[in-house]
Amino acid sequence: MSYELIGITVLWTFLYGYLIVASIDFGAGFFSYYSRITNNKHKVHHMIQRYLSPVWEVTNVFLVFFFVGIVGFFPDTAYYYGSALLIPGSISIILIALRGSYYAFATYGSKDSHLYTFLYGGTGLLIPASLTTVLTVAVGGYVSVEENHVQLLYGELFTSIYSWSVVALAIVSVLFISGSFMTFYAHKAGDQPALDLLRKYALAWSFPTIIACVIAFFGMNQRNPSHFQNMTDLSWLYGLSVVFFLAAVILIWKRKRYGLAFIFVMLQFATAFFAYGAAHLPYLLYPHLTIYDGVTNDAMAISLIIVFIAGLLLLIPSLYLLMRLFLFDTNYVKGHEADKKA
Amino acid sequence: MFEYDPVLYSRILTAITLSFHIIFATVGVGAPLMIAIAEWMGIKRNDPHYTLLARRWARGFVVVVAVGVVTGTAIGLQLSLLWPNFMQAAGHTIGLPLFMEVFAFFFEAIFLGIYLYTWDRFKSKMKHFLLVIPVVIGATASAFFITTVNGFMNTPYGFDLVDGVLTNVSPLQAMFNPATPTKVSHVIITCYLTTAFILAAIAAFKLMRGSNHIYHKKALHMTMVTGAVFAIATAAIGDLSGKFLHEYQPEKLAAAEWHFETTSEAPLVLGGVLTEDNEVNYALEIPYALSILAGGTTGEEVIGLNEFPEEELPPLFVHYLFDIMVFIGMYLLLVSVAFVLMNWHNRFNPIKRFNGFSNKMLWAIAAGGPIAMLGTQSGWFFAEIGRQPWIINGVMTVSEAATSSQHVDIMLVLFSILYAILGVTSFIVLRRMFKHYPVEHELVERGIEREGA
Ligand code: HDD
Ligand code: HEM
Ligand code: HEM
Repeated sequence: MSYELIGITVLWTFLYGYLIVASIDFGAGFFSYYSRITNNKHKVHHMIQRYLSPVWEVTNVFLVFFFVGIVGFFPDTAYYYGSALLIPGSISIILIALRGSYYAFATYGSKDSHLYTFLYGGTGLLIPASLTTVLTVAVGGYVSVEENHVQLLYGELFTSIYSWSVVALAIVSVLFISGSFMTFYAHKAGDQPALDLLRKYALAWSFPTIIACVIAFFGMNQRNPSHFQNMTDLSWLYGLSVVFFLAAVILIWKRKRYGLAFIFVMLQFATAFFAYGAAHLPYLLYPHLTIYDGVTNDAMAISLIIVFIAGLLLLIPSLYLLMRLFLFDTNYVKGHEADKKA
Repeated sequence: MFEYDPVLYSRILTAITLSFHIIFATVGVGAPLMIAIAEWMGIKRNDPHYTLLARRWARGFVVVVAVGVVTGTAIGLQLSLLWPNFMQAAGHTIGLPLFMEVFAFFFEAIFLGIYLYTWDRFKSKMKHFLLVIPVVIGATASAFFITTVNGFMNTPYGFDLVDGVLTNVSPLQAMFNPATPTKVSHVIITCYLTTAFILAAIAAFKLMRGSNHIYHKKALHMTMVTGAVFAIATAAIGDLSGKFLHEYQPEKLAAAEWHFETTSEAPLVLGGVLTEDNEVNYALEIPYALSILAGGTTGEEVIGLNEFPEEELPPLFVHYLFDIMVFIGMYLLLVSVAFVLMNWHNRFNPIKRFNGFSNKMLWAIAAGGPIAMLGTQSGWFFAEIGRQPWIINGVMTVSEAATSSQHVDIMLVLFSILYAILGVTSFIVLRRMFKHYPVEHELVERGIEREGA
């Protein structure tokens, strides 16, 4: 495999990781808020807190990893995307900043504030919507590149059906992914009222998700026919994705094997996400930038890959420890340990 | 009014974001070490006061880290948004430590999550203490990596520039550029110093407000002893930083010292004002001191501003920034060493009869917290503005690096509002956290002390 391909695969994988962990996190924040205003707070709030508290910072690092990594492997992306995305990028930053800090204020500040919960619940849905602009823009047709000047075409972006369908997809998938994970977590915690509520959320968001997927899939045909062509060449992956989706929904519906159901959800998104990514290649920004002309020099590429491998050797055991202590520790999950925090 | 200038607005926005981030980042780097020391003392001396100290500091630390993380995320993205050309060049040359930094964050974030939620989970206290070590390492390593990037901006190394194209890149050489040793050590040690003083200020403040609890006295003593060590190290490394500048960025040193003509036996200029034709008035001059700072001997020849083209000189007000930093360094050194000596019960100690806990002394220490933070800020402003007009010294200027986007001004307004909100809320949250749950209550609640003890 060439350095370019290794680089983009690693980055795409981390973006996928972010997609999953951040969706759980964002959706959980939203459910926490939603259950509060519908007077179901006592059912899920504590359980959601228990999951989120030790991991929210780790979630954020996935994102940092991606945007630092892409500048390292493909420095020219800094130039193209950096120049074009000042406003959407800044809006995402502001939302992320509000969310992260108000989460911490609400959790550690030892005051149960309605406003704080609203801020981190509401921003959780806006962040994925604003972050997806990057993916939309990458498809092509939304930026103009003239001599030394890269510009985002706002009119084009805001009036395009495709870009809105991607936004819709982002929001419903967040709720679906999160709902199905939280159902599993509630099941582990043996918390029947929370389980019932979250299972309802998961099922409610499942069909909107698949419909939004289909709309976005065919929307690509209009937007970028060559990309769409590549996607249809990989249609077996998309088909697989639908199968995983159905399997997950059936399991949750029948109240069986919630863990397995969540793995199916992850596979559903993995297949679709990697198929989408593969169809996008070799472009980083259609049609201006490919992974081949945007890549860094060999010396840097090698050293980044070495650091990446060394980093993984450090991270995997640490992540394992984190999961063992908080995700797979029945005592903790059930809340026997939670009162003893800090 | 102003003409729209994306370069100017980008600079202001970067300056605001970084100075806001650095408040939280400095404490983020320093606090884990202080927490670790306190927890260690608690175990070694079997003294629950120190353990509780670690525990309460850790609670405040999480809030600080949270704001550090989100503002850091903001910088990371903003660098690409505001300085696309710079990041493009940086990606080719100095991307390695930037990338490594992410792993340091990861490492720290994971263990911080574990540390916070496992206080009473292990039978052995030592086990829990061990969990703070990766947090200390992760925090310090992130400061290390990011500072090498800043070092590179000052002394770019490890590549060739052929017809405007960067070739022959050696990532390791770029990372371990000549600025790295002094810069990294100075930044890390001042993070420790500043944090020690901020924590000391809190204890001093409590004692001033009438609490006489031994808990606060122990906290003050511990932070002052470590603070004195860090202050001495800061001055020593600051001296080495001067020698580094002399060798690699003489224009920065000359600007800091208003040193216009190349001479040996150069004096150090403190304060003063500059006249129209660059005469220094009302300044305190310490003979030979600049030569000593630059080269270690009075005979060292120090390069003056006359040797550089006018348009490549940084603004001369950096002199004040430098003076403020050095003055603060001396102040912190004096206060912490004095406090430590006053509490050192040795027969030959001449000042042991002074009361280290007198109101005057407590005031001096309490003021040290914010002052130390000011020192960090002025040091950074000096280092960054002293590099003007370059963003990468001698390779790329600030105006070449900036975005040409039309909307930086709006973003400047939005981010200023954001930081104002975050700043105020974190202050309120931190205050409430400790005010509503004073240590006296917690001591009773945890069964360390009885009511009214
Ligand atoms: C509490 C903070 C603090 C204190 C007390 C000092 N410094 Fe400092 N100094 C910094 C915080 C700082 C800093 C914020 O960490 C800087 C900014 C950039 C850098 O590398 O470190 C810095 C930079 C910096 C530089 C410029 C390095 C460069 O641009 O490459 C010099 C020459 C010194 N310092 C020298 C000193 C001396 C002689 C001090 C006397 C005690 C001193 N500093 C105290
Ligand atoms: C450690 C890594 C750092 C990096 C990579 C970095 C990067 C930059 C960049 C790209 C600029 C814009 C170009 C310029 O005006 O020179 C800048 C300017 C600036 N930075 Fe830094 N910076 C770092 C640390 C800091 C810190 C910690 C501060 C904190 C107080 C700071 C204060 C400033 C200021 C005040 C400016 C504006 C300078 C001017 O307008 O003349 N920097 N920095
Ligand atoms: C010397 C100056 C700086 C120091 C000492 C510093 C230190 C820190 C610290 C301690 C954190 C909290 C990390 C954590 O607890 O996980 C942090 C966060 C962060 N910093 Fe800075 N920082 C500095 C300047 C910068 C600059 C110039 C950048 C931009 C490249 C940057 C990028 C970040 C990012 C992206 C984060 C968030 C990481 C996360 O999500 O965990 N920092 N920084």
